[in-house]
Amino acid sequence: FSHLSFAVCGKAFLSSGSPKVCIVGSGPAGFYTAQHLLKAHQNVQVDVYERLPVPFGLVRFGVAPDHPEVKNVINTFTQTAKHPRCSFYGNVNVGEDVSVDELQEAYHAIVLSYGAEGNRSVGVPGEDLPGVYSAKDFVGWYNGLPSCQELRPDLSCETAVILGQGNVALDVARILLSPLDALKKTDITQPALEALAQSRVCRVLIVGRRGPMQVASTIKELREMVNLPGTRPEMVAADFDGVAEALKDLPRPRKRLTELMLKTALEMPTEKEQERRKKASRIWGFRFFRSPVEILAEPGCNRVAGVRLAVNKLEGSGEKAQAVLTGEVEDVPCGLVISSIGYRSLPIDPTVPFDSRRAIVPNSMGRVHNAAGLYCSGWLKTGPTGVIATTMNSSFDTARSLLEDVESGKLDVSSAKPGSHMISSLLEKRGVKPVTFSDWEKIDDLETRRGEVSGKPREKILTVAAMLKVAQT
Amino acid sequence: MAASAAARTSIGLTLRFHRVIPDCSKCPLYRLKSCTSNRANPQRRSSFNSFRTMNRHLQTSKCNSNSEDPDDVVNVVFIDRSGKRIPVKGKTGDNVLFLAHKHGIELEGACEASLACSTCHVYVSAAHFDKLPEPEEREDDMLDMAPMLQENSRLACQIVLTPDLDGIELTLPKVTRNFYVDGHVPKPH
Repeated sequence: FSHLSFAVCGKAFLSSGSPKVCIVGSGPAGFYTAQHLLKAHQNVQVDVYERLPVPFGLVRFGVAPDHPEVKNVINTFTQTAKHPRCSFYGNVNVGEDVSVDELQEAYHAIVLSYGAEGNRSVGVPGEDLPGVYSAKDFVGWYNGLPSCQELRPDLSCETAVILGQGNVALDVARILLSPLDALKKTDITQPALEALAQSRVCRVLIVGRRGPMQVASTIKELREMVNLPGTRPEMVAADFDGVAEALKDLPRPRKRLTELMLKTALEMPTEKEQERRKKASRIWGFRFFRSPVEILAEPGCNRVAGVRLAVNKLEGSGEKAQAVLTGEVEDVPCGLVISSIGYRSLPIDPTVPFDSRRAIVPNSMGRVHNAAGLYCSGWLKTGPTGVIATTMNSSFDTARSLLEDVESGKLDVSSAKPGSHMISSLLEKRGVKPVTFSDWEKIDDLETRRGEVSGKPREKILTVAAMLKVAQT
Repeated sequence: MAASAAARTSIGLTLRFHRVIPDCSKCPLYRLKSCTSNRANPQRRSSFNSFRTMNRHLQTSKCNSNSEDPDDVVNVVFIDRSGKRIPVKGKTGDNVLFLAHKHGIELEGACEASLACSTCHVYVSAAHFDKLPEPEEREDDMLDMAPMLQENSRLACQIVLTPDLDGIELTLPKVTRNFYVDGHVPKPH
């Protein structure tokens, strides 16, 4: 909601004083929280801190290159960043360059919205073999996340196994199997494009513990796989026993998704589709009721050669169905394994409460437990699921909680706080030079101009050092 | 064009102009064959190709009708999340999401009307719901992602005003505070 008419939109909480709020993390959670605060309170000053020199978090580094419209939200966030009462400070590592305690001294309230930079481990032997990657790292690699640029995934095998059946798994499958022509005009990094041009991967199996009615992915992404040029689906018909009968009781989103899966797996294709499939050289498919128990290597060879999968059956139905081992196992040969079973938040500062079982900051409606003045939004608050729209709602909720607390006096904003003045001089003493939003715009501008040369929306700069050079000279 | 330019400024959208053509196949006006822009015709594409090869920024604001004719007025009532009724006057051809933005209604449009999100989800008044053209498959796919989906749910960015929609009421879904209590069902991402 990118509108300059903040002051006119009349929903101001009539508090006196100028509350100063610091937001840690500049992805959708950070920016949507900022947006709501700025709109609702006439005097609040919002400072957004970001570890990288570049803003926008997963919108830049997570959303697939061939989903450019999803990234349009960057325009909204840019308007927020340029709001007179908002400032962006990139290249600042909260927890290392400055502590949360110091931020609490400087600001009336802190909103932690730094997301989930870790990933859930599969927890099976062989997970560390060369050729096994987390989807988080693989996605970071093709999206230009600086910490993932050394990944150099080996794409010389024919079969890839993806563990997990959410939208990230489908994104990875789609990027692995997309015709190069399609990827060439996206903002995928040049090294990734070159690697994919050499890729021999032509069969991708997307493996899940439970059945077709429990997949976490959504219909848009499934449709993209079904319609992916040059590919054909390969499913196991028996996996769909009983599914058609269960359709009528499903809520609409699950019903439409399951119908599409059923149609793809079981229905006799039209003549035109049969022709298309005959010509397709790349294959993708779901494999259901399978849990990884070991990642296998060829004897004497330190590389992944296959995955041992335990066969499950389902107990219960719907969202709550549980996968139960049957005792059978099955080995699937493959040369690439990508685990896409979830991101995971990490604690960044010992003074911030952290629930390591659920990997979130414990909170109620965004108010951090046992920590006055601390709030959280986005995946750090709710766990690492949800699309941008979900995070938006969650962030607005946190902003509302914060504003309620200002209104009720629970959050004391009566005494002035130094805000960014204090933090800026601390950072200067420590030799940390923040990247301002107009510094980022220099990076943005260069990336865009570089992209024009090859018909891409942008050619991303791939190292922090190079980003800083552009931003600060 | 002045009205569109004003609308764009008030919305504050930053439109980037690449060496690419806007994709008219996504604009509801084009689909309804009520686009008056010259640009729609030379770049006509025969069918929607879900496989995008170019970055596109949708510019439906350019397609808003510029008519000043009072007969073109279509009365719309937005009902915001607190239940407050906000009557506004739109015109035939107006995109309802941009109309909402023009009047400061709290309706997000994260993907800027490109059917890549569900943040402009609204409930349509019963009397007018059936007057809207059927949603295309892509709109239904995105609606499936919206929380609190109802029979009369639509995406505001796909609603274009016509005279028979006069009096239409669009309700913004209330965002629940109890979104994520223990035992929540994981949502896709």
